Amino acid sequence: MSPLLEMKDLDFAYGDVHVLHGVSLTVDKGEIVTLVGSNGAGKSTTLRNISRLLKPRSGAIVFDGHDLTRLSPHAVVELGVVQVPEGRRVFPEMTVLENLRMGSYIKSARPDREKNIERALALFPRLRERRNQLAGTLSGGEQQMLAIGRGLMTKPRLLLLDEPSLGLSPLLVKTIFDTIAEINAQGTTVLLVEQNVFQSLRIAHRGYVLETGRMVLSGSGQDLLGNEQVKAAFLGV
Amino acid sequence: MAFFLQSVLSGVLIGGIYALIGIGLTLIFGVMRIINFAQGELVMVGMYVTFFLFRLAGIDPFLSVLLTMPALFVLGAILQSTLINRVLDALPQNQILLTIGIGLVLSNTAMLVFTSDYRILSTSYSSSSVAISGVHLSTPLLYCFAITVVITGALYWFLIRTDTGCAIRATAQDREAAQLMGVDVRRMSVLAFGLGAALAGAAGALVSPTYYIYPQVGGAFTLKAFVVVVLGGMGSIVGATLGGVIIGTAESLAAAYVSSGNKEMVVYVLFLLVLLFKPAGLLGKSRM
Repeated sequence: MSPLLEMKDLDFAYGDVHVLHGVSLTVDKGEIVTLVGSNGAGKSTTLRNISRLLKPRSGAIVFDGHDLTRLSPHAVVELGVVQVPEGRRVFPEMTVLENLRMGSYIKSARPDREKNIERALALFPRLRERRNQLAGTLSGGEQQMLAIGRGLMTKPRLLLLDEPSLGLSPLLVKTIFDTIAEINAQGTTVLLVEQNVFQSLRIAHRGYVLETGRMVLSGSGQDLLGNEQVKAAFLGV
Repeated sequence: MAFFLQSVLSGVLIGGIYALIGIGLTLIFGVMRIINFAQGELVMVGMYVTFFLFRLAGIDPFLSVLLTMPALFVLGAILQSTLINRVLDALPQNQILLTIGIGLVLSNTAMLVFTSDYRILSTSYSSSSVAISGVHLSTPLLYCFAITVVITGALYWFLIRTDTGCAIRATAQDREAAQLMGVDVRRMSVLAFGLGAALAGAAGALVSPTYYIYPQVGGAFTLKAFVVVVLGGMGSIVGATLGGVIIGTAESLAAAYVSSGNKEMVVYVLFLLVLLFKPAGLLGKSRM
């Protein structure tokens, strides 16, 4: 069976600055795959290439038989690849409910809108209390919940999560990761980019380690957690 | 007291028009971060369309809103997709030059085709007025205001209640996040510019019974719309609505109590004071 997402030899540069050097990865249906690495390794750049916010210099990104590099950003969403961007990026002057409704903007998602709003509110009960509040006035953790809830509104086939734990309290970080595992258990395939290596490898089926734009290691979540190199570089043991 | 009330109400009626032009400008700015310096020229085009619809087909200027709005929407959408879409990522000064250039081409084309003669569209009710307990209000301005309220209300409804309207607001608040929701932001830009132009066209139709119609009339509207938008807070539609009414009222009170020659001065002093003490505009933080 061919993977749901396959990235092959992706090269990307911001002008003269070469950021990604032949990055390859695969995500199979039903998996949580995590891409870990330190700040500036190129993790977000990889995700932004998948969502077509950036254009690669060369390489291929194939999702379910479709070449994403030929599509515009909104067409990628219509195929079922949705990104929850770094820094939450909720619409600050819209209410929680309006943000969720925006999450189901594409035509195919509109018929199930009310059902999916209900699902998102069930996943994050805090959002239900705040449903008529402007998103810009929510706390960081609540905004992250909203960003994830909004990302689920189309029932995506592949959810891309960019640093969902950034800037959250340790208690909240655990909640967010548990929720991601739960979302995956409900049938959504997840590609997770994280600096929190321990938590993300804990819930991931497989992981990749990215270092200054090159893939240096890959393996199952458990293997990588036990890997001496990973331990030394990221886990401080 | 009646005199004061008279001035305030006349100001509010005129302010509605300023608001309408300003909302178009702020909508375009909100979505694209581009200031459309051709906004007044679009009003001028609306005035000429209305004038000729009246002269050649006998269509009442207030009824012709139904034709000028779609016509200007199409003009705006064409300008956006052929010209302005190309400078979305360009330097601000280049964007400004482009919209100023579009304005110049529009006004000079009008001069070439229609000559620079002043034209007057006079209807049976052009100089009639209604008296309500001692306050006389011009009939065309009353009609004009009523239609402005309907158009503004419809626009608010569109932006708040419909998926496309929400997508326009989302694009204005975070262009990239909107793309991640599957919004085609280039299409939203075309839509926003079309809507902004349609509002300018509506304003042109509505003022044509009360203003002289000539190719250079746009400049004054552009300037006023710009003041209205900065006063209310760039990108804020509620701000532009408020700003329009404030400018209209200030102008009318200044004409009544200072002198009609100095009414512009009072408006700009007010504008400078707001900029000094509230540089982001009255509703500067909230956007749409």
